[in-house]
Amino acid sequence: MTAIQTVNLTKKYKEKTAVNTLNLAIEQGQLYALLGVNGAGKTTTIKMLSCILSPTSGDAFLLGDSIVSKPYAVKEKINVSPQETAVARNLSVKENLEMIAGIYGNDKKTAQDKSVAMMNTFGLVEVAKNRAKTLSGGMQRRLSVAMALITNPKILFLDEPTLGLDVLARRELWTAIRQLKGKITIVLTTHYMEEAEALSDRIGIMSKGELKAEGTAGELIAQTSAKSFEDAFISLAAETEGAK
Amino acid sequence: MKTMIFASRNQKEILRDPLNVSLALGFPLIVLLLLSVIGNNVPENIFPVTTLAPGIAVFGLSFFSLFSGTLIARDRSTSFMVRLMASPLTAADFIYGYIIPLIPMAIGQSVICLTVAVLLGLPFNANVLLILAVLLPAALLFIGIGLLGGTLLNDKQVGGICGTLLTNLSAWLSGAWIDLNLMGGVVKKIAYLLPFAHAVDAGKAAIAGDYASILPHLLWVIGYTVVILVIAIVVFRHRMKSVSE
Repeated sequence: MTAIQTVNLTKKYKEKTAVNTLNLAIEQGQLYALLGVNGAGKTTTIKMLSCILSPTSGDAFLLGDSIVSKPYAVKEKINVSPQETAVARNLSVKENLEMIAGIYGNDKKTAQDKSVAMMNTFGLVEVAKNRAKTLSGGMQRRLSVAMALITNPKILFLDEPTLGLDVLARRELWTAIRQLKGKITIVLTTHYMEEAEALSDRIGIMSKGELKAEGTAGELIAQTSAKSFEDAFISLAAETEGAK
Repeated sequence: MKTMIFASRNQKEILRDPLNVSLALGFPLIVLLLLSVIGNNVPENIFPVTTLAPGIAVFGLSFFSLFSGTLIARDRSTSFMVRLMASPLTAADFIYGYIIPLIPMAIGQSVICLTVAVLLGLPFNANVLLILAVLLPAALLFIGIGLLGGTLLNDKQVGGICGTLLTNLSAWLSGAWIDLNLMGGVVKKIAYLLPFAHAVDAGKAAIAGDYASILPHLLWVIGYTVVILVIAIVVFRHRMKSVSE
C-alpha cells in the first residue's frame, strides 16, 4: 500500500521554483532517502509533506489524506525530526518527551509511560532529569529523534538526522533507525551517501527541484555505470546541475 | 489540553531563565525600595508609596513584553518551531499558549510588588486588591506587545525594542516615579497619547479609592490592548504561515 503519493507537487517563490511537479510514490514501511545537493528541494519537499508549507500547486496524499485539504488529519499521523536539533532547551529530557506526547493527544499517564519507553530505547535514562541545553550534540539529536517517535507516527520525516554528529553517535542513530525499518514509513534526507546506501530501501535524487532519478542504490549505480554509489550520485546530480 | 501543555512549556522556559526572574522581580523591587528610601530622606516625600507603588507595578509589567517577545523570537529562529508547526497545534493553540502562562506570572509579580509596598507603608485594604484587577489590561497590553515584537523581530532586536526602549518609555512616559507635570507640556501630551501614563493613573486612582477616575484611564489602556492584541494575532497568524518560506 502506498504511504506517500505526490501529484505534481510544486512550490514556487516569486522567480524561483523550489520544487517542480514532483511525482513520487513511497510504499508503507519503506525507508526512502531523498538526496540532492544544497538547494535541490529536499527540505522544501519535506516541509510540504509535513504540512508546514503549502504547495503552490499540486497535492500529496499521506495514507490517503491530502496535505492541502486535510492537513490536521495528516499531522496526527506523521512526525518530523528537523534538520537542526529541535528541543525545548530549558525543559528536561523527560519533560520534552512528555510535552510532545501530550501535544499529540496522549493523557499524562500514557505520556509518562511512553517517555520512559523512549528514554530506554535511546539511552536517555541517565539524563532524564537533565535540561536539554546541557546535553551533548549527539544526545540532543537522540532526544530530537525520540521526540519524533514518541507519538508513534505512521510516517516519519528525518531531515539530515546525523548532521554534525561524530562517527559513534551517527552509528548509534543508524542502529536506532534500522530498528524502525519495516514498522513505519521513513523519509530521510542526508548529504552522506554511505548513510543513504546503508539505510535506504529506495533512493530518490533531486536536483533543481525535480526528481532526477529513483531506485535502489544498486539500480542507480547500474544506471550510471558508476563504481560506487557516491559516483552515481555525482553523475546524476551533476548532469542536471550542468544542464540548467 | 494541547494549549495548556504548550503553555506549561512556555512558562517553564521563562521561569527557568534566571535573568528573567531577576529582571521581572528584582529590578522593579530595587527601584521601589531605592525611591522609597530617597523619599523618606528628603524634607517633603516626593515618592509617597501610594503613588509610587502603582507606577512601579506598571513598570514591572513592561518586562513581560521582553519575556514573551524573546521566547517567541527564539522559538521562531530554531528548528523547535518546525517541530511544533508539524504537530497538531493550531494557530489558536500557539497564540493562547504564548499568552496564557504570562498572565499568572504578571499577577504574581504585581502581588509581590504590592506586598513590598504594603511593608513600606501602603495601607492594606480592598483598594490594593482592586489595583490587581486594574493592572490586568496593562499586563495584557505588554504581553501583546511582546507577541507582536517576537513575531516580527529576532531575539536581539526584541531585546533592544521590547527591552531597553519599551521599559524606558513605560518608565519615563508613564509618571511611574517622575511627575509628568515636571516634564513640560509637550512631553505630557505625548505621554497621555500613549497608554502607560493612563495605566499608572488608573492604578493611582484605585489605590486612592477614587473609583470614578479609574474607568476613563482604563479605557485608554483597554483600547490600546485590544488594538495591539488584534494586530499581534493577525501578524502572528500570517507569519506562521510563511515562517518557513
